[in-house]
Amino acid sequence: MAEPALIQVLSDEELREIEEECSHLPDRKSAAIDAMMIVQRHRGWVSDESLAAIARLLGMSLESLDSIATFYNLIYRKPVGRHVVMVCDSVSCYVMGADGLRKKVEEHLGIELGETTPDDRFTLLPIVCLGACDRAPTMMIGDELIGDVRSDQLAEIFGRFE
Amino acid sequence: MAGQSVSRSQPSRRKRVLASMARVNIDGKDYELEAGQNLLHACLSERLDLPYFCWHPAMGSVGSCRLCAIVEYADEGDQRGRLQMACTLAARPNMRISIQAPFAADFRKQVIEWLMENHPHDCPVCEEGGECHLQDMTVMTGHSMRRYAGAKRTWRNQYLGPFVGHEMNRCITCYRCVRFYRDYAGGEDLEAYGSRARMFFGRQDDGVLESEFAGNLVEVCPTGVFTDKPFSKVYTRKWDLQSAPSVCPHCAVGCNTFPAERYGVLKRVTNRYHGEVNGYFLCDRGRFGSHFVNHEKRVRHAGVRGADGVFEANGAEAALANVAARCAGALVGIGSPRASLEANFALKQLVGEENYCPGVADDEHETLRAALEIYRKGGFRVPSVTDVERADAVLILGEDITATAARVALAVRQAVRGVAFDMAREAGIPEWQDAGVRGHGQAAQSPLFVATATPTRIDELATATRRGAANDLAGAGFGIAHAIEPSFASGTQDDFTAAAAKALAAAERPLVITGCEARSPALLRAAANVVWALRKQNKKAALVIAASEANSYGVALLGGGLNLAAALLRMREGEPALVLENDLFRRVPAGDIDLAHAVVLDSLETPTAEGAAVVLPAATYAEQTGTFVNYETRAQRFYQVFEPAGEVAPSWRWLAEIGKRRERAADWPNIDALTAACANGTEGLRRLTTLAPEAGFRARANTRIPRQPQRYSGRTAMLANVSVHEPKAPVDAETPLAYSMEGENAGDQPGAVVPYVWSPGWNSNQSVFKFQQEVGGPLAGGDPGVRLLDDESGSPASYGEPPATEQRNGTFLAARVHDVFGSDELAGYSAPILERAPAPYCILNPDDARELGVADGGGVRIEELDASVQVRVDADVPAGLVAVAQGLPGGPLLTSHRVRLAADADFTPRSGGDPNVIAKG
Repeated sequence: MAEPALIQVLSDEELREIEEECSHLPDRKSAAIDAMMIVQRHRGWVSDESLAAIARLLGMSLESLDSIATFYNLIYRKPVGRHVVMVCDSVSCYVMGADGLRKKVEEHLGIELGETTPDDRFTLLPIVCLGACDRAPTMMIGDELIGDVRSDQLAEIFGRFE
Repeated sequence: MAGQSVSRSQPSRRKRVLASMARVNIDGKDYELEAGQNLLHACLSERLDLPYFCWHPAMGSVGSCRLCAIVEYADEGDQRGRLQMACTLAARPNMRISIQAPFAADFRKQVIEWLMENHPHDCPVCEEGGECHLQDMTVMTGHSMRRYAGAKRTWRNQYLGPFVGHEMNRCITCYRCVRFYRDYAGGEDLEAYGSRARMFFGRQDDGVLESEFAGNLVEVCPTGVFTDKPFSKVYTRKWDLQSAPSVCPHCAVGCNTFPAERYGVLKRVTNRYHGEVNGYFLCDRGRFGSHFVNHEKRVRHAGVRGADGVFEANGAEAALANVAARCAGALVGIGSPRASLEANFALKQLVGEENYCPGVADDEHETLRAALEIYRKGGFRVPSVTDVERADAVLILGEDITATAARVALAVRQAVRGVAFDMAREAGIPEWQDAGVRGHGQAAQSPLFVATATPTRIDELATATRRGAANDLAGAGFGIAHAIEPSFASGTQDDFTAAAAKALAAAERPLVITGCEARSPALLRAAANVVWALRKQNKKAALVIAASEANSYGVALLGGGLNLAAALLRMREGEPALVLENDLFRRVPAGDIDLAHAVVLDSLETPTAEGAAVVLPAATYAEQTGTFVNYETRAQRFYQVFEPAGEVAPSWRWLAEIGKRRERAADWPNIDALTAACANGTEGLRRLTTLAPEAGFRARANTRIPRQPQRYSGRTAMLANVSVHEPKAPVDAETPLAYSMEGENAGDQPGAVVPYVWSPGWNSNQSVFKFQQEVGGPLAGGDPGVRLLDDESGSPASYGEPPATEQRNGTFLAARVHDVFGSDELAGYSAPILERAPAPYCILNPDDARELGVADGGGVRIEELDASVQVRVDADVPAGLVAVAQGLPGGPLLTSHRVRLAADADFTPRSGGDPNVIAKG
């Protein structure tokens, strides 16, 4: 099946979790997204090496897996900081001043969209909708959803994430 | 006139005969459309101009580009209607739709505008310009002013190998490339990446596209993302290319092609639609193999070997006088399966049947004769490529069809989807709803059983595979036949044969595919038994027997009284010989060949030509008109594309000249007369007379059919570097085609004489629908060619006992491997193909390799052949068998069924392609 050398890229823990996912599915390829999310949870992102190992493990082509990886903007194919900051730019947030908020966040962190702070603390990305339009403008840091964001709160908000 | 009697195929391809019709009102006019067919397909079949991108006639609809918008009205009173995508809407009786309504027309214009946002303004330097579907659609929808002034997204392009260029910035995200490459052709290394406005189509990283059908991306892509790389190096706009209807010379499938020329250089080959053979697609060997026509080792002048051993070119007359003096008495004639039927016939007439040899090795000749015997016994209609697509269970016995008949392998890939179509039908999903059919069918596949000596590319689709040497596989074939019909001779019984027999017997249209590459008549007989056993069960079973050269079946049908061994013996005894377009070193050991008295007619300086006493410069297939007979025994005419330089002439012309200087004079004033003589003088070839329109045929308005498009430019200046005086255009007295832009290529002439596709407003190859009876159906004037053997009647007696399994006796059983790139002789002279050709190799089981003390990539010596080759270790090759690649440049010729092997410690691996040759290409 798979070439041991390539799969060794993955840790025993990752392999165990991926096999656990596969055991629930009729077809190993169906675990593609879960497998990438598992690796991302352990490593923060999915490198070319990890991608190749997962492809081998699931019996699919590298092209096919990368096609899935690149479709989802929450699967990171480049290294990210410890906390990923996602500022919503969808309609409700736009109406409520998302553009201005994004600029303030950029100023505060000293980076632009798609960049990571030099101390690897934050990566800033846009997102289409966080499903919290009633609390627009919104952003998300790691797993934490923050609504009704005002720019004067930014120092306090980012201070909570080390 | 012959043109009137060209066979017209029944429009059965899409089962249209059974389809009910629906009266649909389009823009106020009633049309009878095929009920249930998608409206885009149906409108195009009516030759209406409805723009589209993502739909493809062979791949169906996905509704992703939104360009084919039309308005559908609820009833006569409905003035507003609603927007629909024509490709995703089925034609129903009493529908009212509009293509021209401003609602739809404006929408289509808007779609183009947003698709064009990121499209660069590089048409003047883009290879697609002038034959670009995106250009055509942009003009057709009326989007003429660009409002978008922002930055365009840009990409880094990839290296995709020697065949296909990549320019991603031009992409409009229609998904056709991945739908062809991945979904249709089964390739795994081309994908769509990203989402929304950031879509990238390519490989994961730079590298050669693996699929042997990658070249079709050039035609499938509606704009210039994927381009023909060798063509780009010698680029000419479509409107400046001269082309003619032709037939691919690189295997026996007989795909129809358009070779195109300018300045005496064959610039490129594109697909020429044939409703029953190649449809819309070619393999890469066919598309990129023809650069041999421009090879620097072309023979351009007649040469006579002087006393000092060097060829002297003193003109055709001197050479012919030499030949006449040399060939006054008894004479051996060696024909060729890569020469035209006419040239072979002319040679046979010249030397006499008893002195004519078809020019294939004796074991190959015996195999071809066995194939013809089976076809003649009949009981089934030899399936066309389209028929292969419709088989509902397939057994491949002993032939790697991806290597020897690649287009058939592509058809098998469609056949295994049959069950998915059945599931879709039951679920009410139309056949053309591609995403729906694939989504519903998931991994469901019709049965495919592959029994071959070595692993093949199509194994990935197989229900089960089985490996063995030819006799072993023949035994399995007999076993399958016996399991289906117990009155037939028995053979090997195992899990594979039981499963294959069960699946084939359960199918309605089971298909068996075998071939001549193994040089085993027993294998063919086993395959025939399976088919006849199934016929006894009232199944519509049929058999394909592949062959490796364009005219293998042609020379087999011509017969001939001399075998190659006997012919070579007479040559060694000093008898003069005429060798027609044949490199004997590819067929028999060098020690058997004595060319001291040989007159060789060939287009290339092959080793045989280099050893000859006299060499006469023969035209390639692109420089002459002639006939090839494909594996179905379908005779197809290929037409001269351009006049060759130098003293080059069709071989049959040289033979006629030699004939005039001998007693056996034969007078063939033109190719029609020669074809007629061949038809009347050979049993089984009578139907050749209806092959294609004769020279006197005229298109509409009594005009000839032009090889050049109406916009052909530079006629007065293109040869000014040679002479400032405009040369007279060549006159074609042989065919209804003209070396001119004058005349009419309206598409209603017989399909055999359509020299290119082009229609007002449709400059790209998408214009082919204007040349068809209906989309995906036969050409308007009938699909070209005539099947020489076509006897479905009878219930032939089966063959007797299977051959005994060969014993190793301390040796290795040797199997022949054919490589899709490199094993074909002519393609081996084509620079881009050579770049893909592997170094000579053999394949061994890991245990055998270990015992021999050789690792993967190391070398073994084949004692009998006095040659060393690189080893590929593969656990899927049976122990005791060595598969030796044949026909690769510099590779050994396998001459026995058993060989002794030894590790070669001094072996240095050679690279496959010669980079110097590529640089010149």
